[in-house]
Amino acid sequence: MRGAFVRTLVELADRDRRIALLTGDLGYMALEPFMERHADRFFNIGVAEQNMVGIATGLAEAGWLPFVYSIVTFATLRPYEFIRNGPVMHGLPVRIVGVGGGFEYGTQGLSHHGLEDVAIMRVQPGMTVVAPADHEQMATALRATWDVPGPVYYRIGKDDRTVVPGLGGRFRPGRVEVVHEGRDVAIVAMGAVAIEAAAAARLLAERGVRARVVVVASVQPAPVDDLRAALADVPLALTVEAHYAAGGLGSLVAEVVAEHGLGCRLVRRAVGAPKDGRVGSQAYLYARHGLAADAIAATVIERLGAA
Amino acid sequence: MTGNAIRRIVLEQSKRANVGHIGSSLSVADIVAALYGGVLRVASPDDADRDRFVLAKGHAVLAVYAAMQLHGWLSAADLDTYCADGSLLGVHPDRELPGVDVSTGSLGFGLPVGVGATLAARLQGSARRVFVLVSDAECNEGSVWEAAMYAAHHRLGRLTVIVDLNGQQALGKTTDVLSLAPLVERWRAFGWDAVEVDGHDVPALRARLDAPTAADGPPRALVARTVFGKGVSYMEGQLKWHYWPMSDDEYRRALAEVDGS
Repeated sequence: MRGAFVRTLVELADRDRRIALLTGDLGYMALEPFMERHADRFFNIGVAEQNMVGIATGLAEAGWLPFVYSIVTFATLRPYEFIRNGPVMHGLPVRIVGVGGGFEYGTQGLSHHGLEDVAIMRVQPGMTVVAPADHEQMATALRATWDVPGPVYYRIGKDDRTVVPGLGGRFRPGRVEVVHEGRDVAIVAMGAVAIEAAAAARLLAERGVRARVVVVASVQPAPVDDLRAALADVPLALTVEAHYAAGGLGSLVAEVVAEHGLGCRLVRRAVGAPKDGRVGSQAYLYARHGLAADAIAATVIERLGAA
Repeated sequence: MTGNAIRRIVLEQSKRANVGHIGSSLSVADIVAALYGGVLRVASPDDADRDRFVLAKGHAVLAVYAAMQLHGWLSAADLDTYCADGSLLGVHPDRELPGVDVSTGSLGFGLPVGVGATLAARLQGSARRVFVLVSDAECNEGSVWEAAMYAAHHRLGRLTVIVDLNGQQALGKTTDVLSLAPLVERWRAFGWDAVEVDGHDVPALRARLDAPTAADGPPRALVARTVFGKGVSYMEGQLKWHYWPMSDDEYRRALAEVDGS
């Protein structure tokens, strides 16, 4: 995804001189295409994320379109209050780009796991929140949102090969993308873990359970109408996210289910509290937190049986 | 524009609204008088090429509202809404008010934004300048030094920081809470052209602030020695006046001192 992000940003920057890229000293083997083509608009701010967001605010006030880049936790948590008091409070078009949503930096440990970024970003009024599921959707989403008014948060990944079957790179602001049809259960997924949801649908099909798989990449504006439609005719909705349960996709879907009186039962699959500091690959950590395809499918079977 | 003209408005409005933060507004009154009395080049508050001013120590904004009113950007009627329900004139500045470049109130936020504003001017080939007024205790914040490092490394010569060195912070003296000394040397060590100045000498401040700068020279820090509560003897150096409003008697005595000096 970050490859698609950088390639697309280079294209956009070719057309729009306002685009600048700021990094908190990260992006080795990722940001070079921009550095080489638009050296005059590339700024390594140093390992200083608060200053980076402050500088971006000053640039945006003067008419620039600054993208600030770091690993999810450092891009969102460290400078959070600066994001709030700067781009959000001033309504300025600063773009926060966090790489490594969920467990993409699995072996790096909890300091590098992006597990609450969507929650804290989506509570900010006027903040567009985009969490693509694969690199094709990343490119489409960036082209669809790069010049929207106000700030944007992009939660991106490192995988530039895998694609979610059926997604075909689709993205529309405020909408969902359905990648698999079925009426026994709706599995709603956000981010790179959507590939596990799609795989779970195939496992369920082998068991005769027809699952609708819904990808939410436009977290804010929230796809309320689409979610209402996608959950209206199923008895069970299961949300899947590599994010803590509180405040993320599961919470968003719960808000829609409750506020609109939808009849489906909602089950949230999300990251539980870290217990013992064990690290591992993304696949290992997905499995450990019940986010792998087989666990998702098993949860659906169990809950449908209990319903 | 004189510091005492600003002080009089600070006292009037603090009394009318019955609010505190008086001491800080009095300590920066002369610095603000220098900036608004001929230094800031602002054709109009929405001129894209205007000098930018960031009041990083947002809690002293009443002095800036006073200067804006004396400058003719703010009507007396608007000024009289200070702290009223629905007013844009709060205890900390908001950019929705024409003439305010940056909303502040969170210490440590203003200087990074000022660095970005200076960088933007450089990229746009503009000669506009950026002035950031920080409090001394604000230099407790790490983000101030992140920004200081960046501005010096990139030689953002159109950036000037003024430190209001009044020695007072929210729960005590800076010498007791968290020592800043030697503050001028610290800014110099970070690569800034730093000098200590008298923060109450308006002509000297104006001359320093308006001195020619090189776009690619070192950024400048004026460490302005001030007196917290300056101009009202019973407020000077007294922590109480970071918080308290004035009684009627205190108000009369304060006005008499400011008018009489």
